[in-house]
Amino acid sequence: MGRYIGGRVVSMVITFLIIASLTFFLMKLLPGTPFNNQEKLSDAQIVQLNEKYGLNDPVAVQYFNYMTNLLTGDLGVSFQQDGRQVSTIISERIGPSAYLGFQSLLVGTILGLFLGIIAALRHNSFWDYGTMVIAVLGISIPSFVIAGLMQYWLGVKWQLLPVAYWDGFAYTIMPTIAIASIVVATIARFMRTEMLEVLGQDYIVTAKAKGLSSTAVVIRHTIRNASIPIITIMGPLVVGLMTGTLVIERIFVIPGLGEKFVNSILTNDFPIIMGTTLFFSFLFILVILLVDILYGIVDPRIRLAGGKE
Amino acid sequence: MKKSRWTLVLSLVLVLSMFLSACGGGGSNGGNGNSGGDDGGSESAKQELNLTDSAEIPSMDTTQATDTTSFKAMNQVFEGLYRLDKNNEPTLGVAAEEPQVEEKDGETVYTFTLREDAKWSDGSQVTAEDFIYAWHKALHPDTLSPYASMFGTAGIKNGNAIVTEGDPLYGKVEELGAKAVDEKTLEITIEKETPYFKSLLTFATFYPQPKAFAEEQADKYALEADTMLYNGPFVFSEWNHGEGWNYKKNTEYWDADVVSLENISVKVVQDVATAVNLYETGKIDRAGLSSDFVDQFKDREDFNTILEPTMFFLRMNQENEALANKNVRKALFLAYDRDGLVNVLLNNGSIAAKYFVPSDFVSGPNGDDFRKFAPEGFHADMGEEEAKEAWKTGLEEIGKDSVELEFLTTDSELASKIAEYAKEQYESKLDGLTLTINKQPWKQFLELEDSGDFDISTGGWGPDYPDPMTFLYMFETDGAYNRMAYSSEKYDELVSNAKNETDPAKRWEMMQEAEKVLMEEDIAIVPTYQRGLAILQKDYVQNYYVHPFGADASYKWIKIEGK
Repeated sequence: MGRYIGGRVVSMVITFLIIASLTFFLMKLLPGTPFNNQEKLSDAQIVQLNEKYGLNDPVAVQYFNYMTNLLTGDLGVSFQQDGRQVSTIISERIGPSAYLGFQSLLVGTILGLFLGIIAALRHNSFWDYGTMVIAVLGISIPSFVIAGLMQYWLGVKWQLLPVAYWDGFAYTIMPTIAIASIVVATIARFMRTEMLEVLGQDYIVTAKAKGLSSTAVVIRHTIRNASIPIITIMGPLVVGLMTGTLVIERIFVIPGLGEKFVNSILTNDFPIIMGTTLFFSFLFILVILLVDILYGIVDPRIRLAGGKE
Repeated sequence: MKKSRWTLVLSLVLVLSMFLSACGGGGSNGGNGNSGGDDGGSESAKQELNLTDSAEIPSMDTTQATDTTSFKAMNQVFEGLYRLDKNNEPTLGVAAEEPQVEEKDGETVYTFTLREDAKWSDGSQVTAEDFIYAWHKALHPDTLSPYASMFGTAGIKNGNAIVTEGDPLYGKVEELGAKAVDEKTLEITIEKETPYFKSLLTFATFYPQPKAFAEEQADKYALEADTMLYNGPFVFSEWNHGEGWNYKKNTEYWDADVVSLENISVKVVQDVATAVNLYETGKIDRAGLSSDFVDQFKDREDFNTILEPTMFFLRMNQENEALANKNVRKALFLAYDRDGLVNVLLNNGSIAAKYFVPSDFVSGPNGDDFRKFAPEGFHADMGEEEAKEAWKTGLEEIGKDSVELEFLTTDSELASKIAEYAKEQYESKLDGLTLTINKQPWKQFLELEDSGDFDISTGGWGPDYPDPMTFLYMFETDGAYNRMAYSSEKYDELVSNAKNETDPAKRWEMMQEAEKVLMEEDIAIVPTYQRGLAILQKDYVQNYYVHPFGADASYKWIKIEGK
């Protein structure tokens, strides 16, 4: 296991460097300047400002400078937020995004598993159909529609929850529901299908024949075996939550990282583009690694490190 | 654990009830707007104001900011020699009295005396040296301000030369015609008189910066609430980047007696629907509306529209053979139904425009609005008939029976709608015309427009200073904002003469004449509308003044009454 993780870390670093380089060169292809009111700057001013920020150097030189700074942990300063460190901006923005993502994932996964299991155990009953209706709605209704409806009804009409802002637990409820809806729906559907398949397996019949209680059969044999595919879809789900909460952050005025990420691309804020992209890639790579390791834990048949005991 | 289980159950119930209500509910919205908030109605209302802004503050360094959010914030916490009052006239700020004016060797010298009681928020004096420090910083190549050209615009001696590369004075900031005679005396030498000199001094680029403090903070200056000093009506009590910022009253401010508000909170809210919902629940006191919300609110008392001096128009690239023909341009000018655009599509107080210098923007030497001359704009009496006729003649003149044009625009939702509208207007009225819409992201759009890679493009322009010239200079031959190969000797001459004319009345006439040449004789552009802004504002918010140039608004005089 140790050797496997070591190898993976090396390949992670290489992947990371490739992403950094690709992003850098793609970013340089973006048209226009990173300056705020480009339409009102004269050509001479643009030349002067480019000079000031080292944007007149050949791209190769800029690349070399950037990578050297990156290796020393210096992500540079933002163009749009005059002179502020990219690392500061990321660190003050990541809190709300991470909290929201994590809470939605937790709520969504638990609820999804719960609904999926109920639906499978009560196959073809009211519970089954009810769950699947929720799942279909959760997948087909975009999160921003759910968010908008909630904001209007729960926030404005009934005044049960705060409309927006980020100021304590009550403020996290609506955004969490909006984001978790897709997680609930995805996981419930997968779990139901897997459970149904596992429940029909011979070893379940064997377990029952051995005289195990049905609770023990469900918990020890069915759920564990059914959850392997869930881990597979968790990877993409987590990544989706990291970048896909932008609209929700906007609607509920949450000071998260998603907004920065998109805005930096629209405004050519090069250091922020690099900083956020690298940050998200890093998380992505990390999640993939975690998922692979989890496989091995849940299903011992999946050998990670060349069969060495 | 138990608690989170219940949260889950609750959440599920909420989701379900929401769907049910969404399905069953009728159209029972509207109603009255005074839900939420305390309905105290006491006489001593809390002097607190809650606002939103659509963007973060990019910079609080007066020499570096370029955007409306920054300028608006700066106008509340800093102050220059003058500030704009409710009538958009410059009123005394840090300057104690109107300056003494002398003529010296063909130049005009303004001597300002600063207020004794003009203080920074740490209690130190605002000195003439603080002004010079900030102005030199704005002009120096290492810390060059994107608005450095303002010094030249104001006519301050050597203001242009210092920022012109290759000029012998380039970078020599000490050659600027401004000096600190002593702590409270600031002398400004003007090489070219302009009627808007004092108005310009209200602009952020001309604010002072606390020299000693700023030098001590070095590159951390103005990055956070506690790394700057304030000399305006308010100070930042908090600045949470990405979330918002809070003001509180500045007790050191010389005119603190007239400042009523104790606290102002501003949150960054980008989504209009969210802002409206916050307004409806009493969390904010003022909200801007997009067109789709106007019908819902326009009959309410707290609804209002503001006419902004921002113009939208179409550039017609005369590199294109068809567009080089004046009759073709005339047809495009006339065939566009502006009323449909402003009343249906925009629906936010914008007005149809057949002119280029906006209405309600500046008044001339005789006190009349510039627009009083040709208030209806140009070719106002002509319509679709004349458009078709001009189109026919134009096609004959260029010897074609069909024309294909590329319509360059940006990728925002509104821009797309407007482009579709223009396409429909033109193609249905002008036989043989095909418009291909080319939507581009903002930066790419600018790049293409700048390189002349378009036939028709959508333009917008807001003023940098309170004078028609801020619009008219754009279309000089080879001007940086011309971009459409328009060139008229007559126009160039009028604009250049107006720039140098010292008699205000004559100058005004020249600029009116220039606009006439641009629009009536040459039909160089197709103006479409002057932008309006639809807002909701609680009736207890009094004296919220908006300005047509420089900072958008002043909070200094706001009062909360009858809340």
